[in-house]
Amino acid sequence: MKLSETLEGSFSLIGGDFSRGGAASCELKSILEKLHLPDNIIQRATISAFEAEMNVIIHAIAGTMLYSVTPERIRIVVTDMGPGIPDIELAMQEGYSTAPEWVKEMGWGAGMGLPNMKKNADVFNIDSVVGEGTTVELIIYIPKERSCAP
Amino acid sequence: MNLGKIISFLNLKPLTETYQDRDVKSAYVSDLLSDVMANAKPGEVWITLQVHVNIVAVATLKNIPAIIITNNREPDEETIKKASLEGVAIFKTNLSTFEAAGRLYKLLTE
Repeated sequence: MKLSETLEGSFSLIGGDFSRGGAASCELKSILEKLHLPDNIIQRATISAFEAEMNVIIHAIAGTMLYSVTPERIRIVVTDMGPGIPDIELAMQEGYSTAPEWVKEMGWGAGMGLPNMKKNADVFNIDSVVGEGTTVELIIYIPKERSCAP
Repeated sequence: MNLGKIISFLNLKPLTETYQDRDVKSAYVSDLLSDVMANAKPGEVWITLQVHVNIVAVATLKNIPAIIITNNREPDEETIKKASLEGVAIFKTNLSTFEAAGRLYKLLTE
């Protein structure tokens, strides 16, 4: 499949449903693979998407993941109905987590989620209202194909 | 080194039916899933004692072909089912993580 215009879609996420943790991001990965995007672009997009997806599952009641892909970029927006983040600067610190103990025992909640998103996305925006929810926007730019023609 | 050789050398017990006998150059050891997402490299084997179903999604996203579960831990049935579906091989061993990683390191660097 070759991308000429915008490809869009969405996934719904259910808070607490660990059995489907990563399902949306894995599906996004197979969609991006069908577009024959470079491996490292797919990796960066899906790693940041997975972290955002897990945050919804760990902390929120429900959420959605929207994606849109153009020849220039992948944009992923994850919005949740969750507790919100009172102090985003603190939440961005590596190692800071509010995940419950049993989630930490699963190997999540290491306080690496938001930093991983920021590291892997070219653009990372987060907006949160306590008691309402959090929205994360991730953009990964797709490098222009190099032409082999002289 | 081929995955098949690693399996017989470390005497790993396969829990999924099939695996791709691909070349393995390195491994990553961690029980923190975000750490694996951040730092494991595609194609590496993953050594962990986590057994729940999310390890399969992490392996799938990172193109990790095989997971070695240490300390004789038994993965959830759901984990095995999902792994078979996604083509991720899962093995278990009674070795500790330290021993499994140590033996594999020796094997891959000698």
